[in-house]
Order: sequence, then structure tokens, then C-alpha cells
Amino acid sequence: MSDGATQTAPSAVDRFLAPLAGREHELAGRGPLWLRGLRRAGRERFVTLGFPTTRQEEWRATSVAPIATTAFQPAPSPAPLSVADLPPVARLDLGGPRLVFVDGRHRSELSSTSPAIPGLWLGSLTRALDERPGAVREILERRGAAAGTAFEALGAAFLDDGAAVLIDPGTRLDPPLQLVFLASGRPQPLVSHPWILVALGAGSRACLIESYGALGDGPYLTNAVTDIVVGDAAELDHCRLNLEGPGAHHVAAIGCRQGRDSRLVSRSLTAGGHLTRHDLVARLEGEGAECRLDGLYLPRGEEHVDNHTTLDHARPHGSSRELYKGILSGRSRAVFNGRIIVRPGAQKTDAKQSNRNLLLSNSALAHTRPQLEIHADDVKCTHGATIGRLDDDAIFYLRSRGIERDAARNLLIRAFADEVLEAIPLEPLRALAAGLVAERLPRAGTTTR
Amino acid sequence: MTPRDDAPGAAPGAGPPAMLEIRDLRAGIDGREILRGVDLTVAAGEVHAVMGPNGSGKSTLAGVLAGRDGYALTAGTVRYDGRDLLQLGPEERARDGLFLAFQYPVEIPGVSTVNFLKAALNAVRAHRGQPALDALEFLALVRDKLRLVEMDESFLRRAVNEGFSGGEKKRGEIFQMAVLDPRLAILDETDSGLDIDALKVVARGVNALRDGRRSFVVITHYQRLLDYIVPDFVHVLADGRIVRSGDRKLALELEQKGYGWLEGATARP
Repeated sequence: MSDGATQTAPSAVDRFLAPLAGREHELAGRGPLWLRGLRRAGRERFVTLGFPTTRQEEWRATSVAPIATTAFQPAPSPAPLSVADLPPVARLDLGGPRLVFVDGRHRSELSSTSPAIPGLWLGSLTRALDERPGAVREILERRGAAAGTAFEALGAAFLDDGAAVLIDPGTRLDPPLQLVFLASGRPQPLVSHPWILVALGAGSRACLIESYGALGDGPYLTNAVTDIVVGDAAELDHCRLNLEGPGAHHVAAIGCRQGRDSRLVSRSLTAGGHLTRHDLVARLEGEGAECRLDGLYLPRGEEHVDNHTTLDHARPHGSSRELYKGILSGRSRAVFNGRIIVRPGAQKTDAKQSNRNLLLSNSALAHTRPQLEIHADDVKCTHGATIGRLDDDAIFYLRSRGIERDAARNLLIRAFADEVLEAIPLEPLRALAAGLVAERLPRAGTTTR
Repeated sequence: MTPRDDAPGAAPGAGPPAMLEIRDLRAGIDGREILRGVDLTVAAGEVHAVMGPNGSGKSTLAGVLAGRDGYALTAGTVRYDGRDLLQLGPEERARDGLFLAFQYPVEIPGVSTVNFLKAALNAVRAHRGQPALDALEFLALVRDKLRLVEMDESFLRRAVNEGFSGGEKKRGEIFQMAVLDPRLAILDETDSGLDIDALKVVARGVNALRDGRRSFVVITHYQRLLDYIVPDFVHVLADGRIVRSGDRKLALELEQKGYGWLEGATARP
């Protein structure tokens, strides 16, 4: 993409912070006093860091110039909407509660949260600050605004609404919880900074689906932060569906902290958005924690998807399995950077990472980079990465049995995706994901050999 | 391009109508001519063995007939049931009843054998104007055909050829052939890499499908397979041409003498 020199022009930072001049006062009036300090710290850090440039190692293959050069504004007023206007991902009935946000604001009239579930506090961040200030403050301050990327700092500067999922110790939730963030996708460029807190008490269990989508094709920026704490012996299945609209710039920091003997499954599906950058950091802070990261990204056209993941093994006997797969068509770009850290003393760590990319066109491009930092001597760490095309021999074999070329290609593409899709535990979700893969396959006659 | 009267295997005679007629087929790869004027006529119900040393063009012939990409076809015609075979894509040939048993069956991770076969069979049946089989009918059919090659049902759930032993792969090819019910089967070195027991299983499977109407072209390096699949005709392919045709005795002669004594016969203008 274009060079990084122009992105750091101070005007870009100022322009992004300008709404605070009028808004800071209003924001300061919302929520407790300590939050004001946190916002200020975020703002200062964002000013210090500025927008990342492609000269920075972590952003070498992804230019944020399209974001920095656009005058994104917070949504002035809520768009009038009814449930019937929402895209399928926002209407997926999984039998559990669902919170819907539009342009970063919680919309209770579009959400369904009743009846209350014992042991679960689920609601907007604004309400959580009122009703559960202690828990929210603890999580927010522990993470701190003085850490993370420039985008996270920017999100902290605007920290206002979002979602909170607080699960009491020992609570085992069956119905999956859904958080849906929609952009109205209006013609003027809008920005939202949703902040999502998820805390599972010791021994609890939950399945959380965090989805992103759009109602229109206009340009917008979603700058999301998801902060997840999985307590000792707790289990979380976290599915993140990034189905943003064609005008979307989606930047997300997903941070997970895992306690002793906890188990986290993180599934990430990206099928949409013009520019996507995910920074996922999973810290295995307790002994014997297990973490599995599954990812599937399906960029097409001019889309750019960047997944940066970090698995940080801090304690002994942790295990992690990471499988990220990409199917790229058109002139799309995908970046995968998989970092595994094994801290001193994190003996008996067992980490396995795999990134596989399937290129469906000659103009698509995938970058993949494993990054292993191992500071303990009794560990098992493996990694593998591939970038390939559909196997011509396999296509011929299928055709020689009577299967059309396009059907043969689709069979092979679907088989490639299935390794991730089939692990999705909920059938309606699996079907939705499979439908997206099918929808994104090149149409018959548009493929080139 | 004119048919040569002396071309072995090309005698169109007054017998049954030809299922496959290859005339002066010339084909190459990467600018190198490998088939240098092949003539072969196969009538319905006949079993033809094509034998030849390594590099004689046996697999090229199989590949060209099945429609594999990458060959330059420089001359000649191939008529299958009166139609120009070379104009058809591989899937069209398959639906019209042509089957190639691969020398090296391709491993396809993630695609289960059962789903693959269902897709293939339904494509072939749709072309024949037959309705798709329902799940029970399909299962009954494949179970029946599995027995033919002495394979276990668990095989259906495995990914196509993935992790199969050499013998399983070859039996799998014959199993697929039995399910798809072709009219012309080309077996490309189906005997290579098989021990005698597996060879017998494969041959039994093939023989069970000989019904007087289905035709076979059995491509092999060794005559051993022909002890079990007894051909009506034997042709020797050397240096891209069929240099000798005969009956089963020719295969036995080759077993004794090797191919050397025939290779001189290729030095034609």
C-alpha cells in the first residue's frame, strides 16, 4: 500500500480528537470520575503514538492511511430502525440474549435481554458503569489505557458505550450470548469505538458471539476493544464474526487473560470490510490454561485483512492450538503474524501454530510470518505456514469423475474451510459461516486458470 | 493425417460398431512429441491391453483420452461413440461413460469419499436423465460395490485417497468405476505397486464388470496383470506408436523377450 510518511501528519491525530473538544465535557459528565482520567490517559497516549506507519514492524504490511486521511466523525444522531431492518447476523436466533448496537450506541429497542439469567449481568457499558462500577473499574484499570496500540488508546479517549458481560463464579450458561455491532453505513464517514468487557468468574462457562455488520455501504470506522478475563477453571467459547460492509475500516484489539486451568476457544471469521486489522492477544496467566485460536478470513476484491495474534504463555503446563486459514480472491491482501511467547518458567508449554492460505486468483497476495520467542527450555512449540493454490491434479481428478470444474473447485475450497467451520459448536452459526464461504466463492465463469 | 491401412489395431472391419477409434493421434508436452501417430480401435465389450516400456507414451495416451490439461494435441482424431472425444471436457467424457483409473490416484484432504462419490454419481446420472439417488439407495449401491473390491465401509468416511495404502488407492479406483458404471474404462497401470493378493482383488473387480458391452483399455508394463484380466487384444506401444498387435500370446512373448526386440520397429519415417 502507499507509503507511511504522510500518515503521521499531526492534522490526522488532531482531526480524530477534535470531537472531544466539544464532547469531552459531555463525556466527562457521563460515568464516574475515574473514567475521566482513563480517557485523558488514552488521549495523551494516542497523541504520543500517532497513527502507526508502515515503517513500524507491526504495521509493515498494512497501511492505515485510508483511515488517517478520512474525516471520520462520531454519529450525530441515532438512525431510526426496527428489528426487521437488521441484517441476518443481527437476527440469528440462538435462544439466548442479544444486545444490539448501532454506530456504537446500545439500542435497547433492537435488543432482547429478557428474561434475566441468574449469575449473568449483561448490558451496555454505560449501564454497567452505574450498576457494576467496581467490576468495570477493576477490569478497565487492570488493562490500562497506557498499553496497547494507538487505536486502543484512541478508543480509550472516546470510551463511552459498549457492552459488559459479567458472569458469576460457578455459573454455567447454556444459551449463547450475542453482541451485535452494526454501522448504519450512511454516506458521511462515521466512527464508533465500542468497548466490550467480558469477565467469567472461576468455574463458570459461556459461549459468546460478537458480530459486526452494516446496514449501508457508506464508509465508516469501527475501532473496537474487547477485553476478556477467563477466571480459574472457567471456559469461554468466543466467536467473532466480522461481516462488515464494503465501506468498513475495522480495527480491533482483542485481549484475553486466562486463569489457572481455564479454557478459551476463540473463533474469528472475517468476511467483509475494506480494511481489517485484528490484534488478538491471549495471555495464559494461570498454570495449565488451554487456548485455541481458530481463524478464517475470506477477502475478495480489494479487501485487506490483517490478523496479528499473540499467544503469551506465562505459566507452566499451558497449551495452545492456533489454526488460521485464508481464502483469497480478486486483488485482495491478507496478512498473518502469529507470535508465540513462552516466558521464563513456563515449562511444559505445548504450542502449535498453523497458518494456511489458499489463493484463488493470481492477483491476490498473502503475507505470513510466525514469530516465536521462547525463553524456557522444556517446551514443545511448532509452527507451519503455507500459501498455495487449488491443486490442479485434484481438480482434474474430480472432473474425470463427472464433476463440473466450478463444482470441483468449490468442493476443494469448502474442504479447505471445513477444518475451521466444522469446529463451530452451534449449528445455526456453522450454517451462517458456511453460507458466507459459499457466497464469497468466485462465480462460475469468473475464475481464471 | 490419412489413415494407414497397415496401422496395427486400426482394422475397422465389419465387426461390432467401434466404441473408441483413435486415428494417427499425435500429442506432446513441453514441445516434445510423445504420441507419434497412435491408431487403436476398440469395439463394445472388448478388452484391449496396451503394453509398453517406460516412456513409450502409455500414460500420455491415458491422459489424453481422459482430457488431462497440458498436452499439445498436434494431429489425429479420437472418436468415442461416433463423437469427437477431444472436443469434450474431462467431466463431459466422464458423464458420457468414460472412466480413467489413475495410476496415481490423487489425495484430496477434507473431501470425504462418500460426498465425492455422491457428487460424481449424481452428475453422471443427471446426464443420463436418471434422478439423483436418495441417501438409502446410494448407500445400498456403494455397499454392494465395496464388497466387489473387498473394502470396508469405513473407507467411505475417509477423505478421498488420503493416507490410503497403494493397494487401497487402486481398489478405490475400481470401486469408483463400479459405482459410476462407465461404458469404457481405461486402467492406467492399475497393477503397479500391488502385491499379488491386491492384484487378484482388483482383477476380480474388473472381471465382474465385464459384461460383453463395457469396453476396457488396460495399460500395463507387465504381463502379470493379464493372467488375471485376460485381454481380447494386446498392443505394444513403443516410442509413441503401436508397433505390434496380437492376442494374448503376444503378451507372453513380451514377458519372455522383453521389449527390446520390438523397439527397432519404431524406426519408421
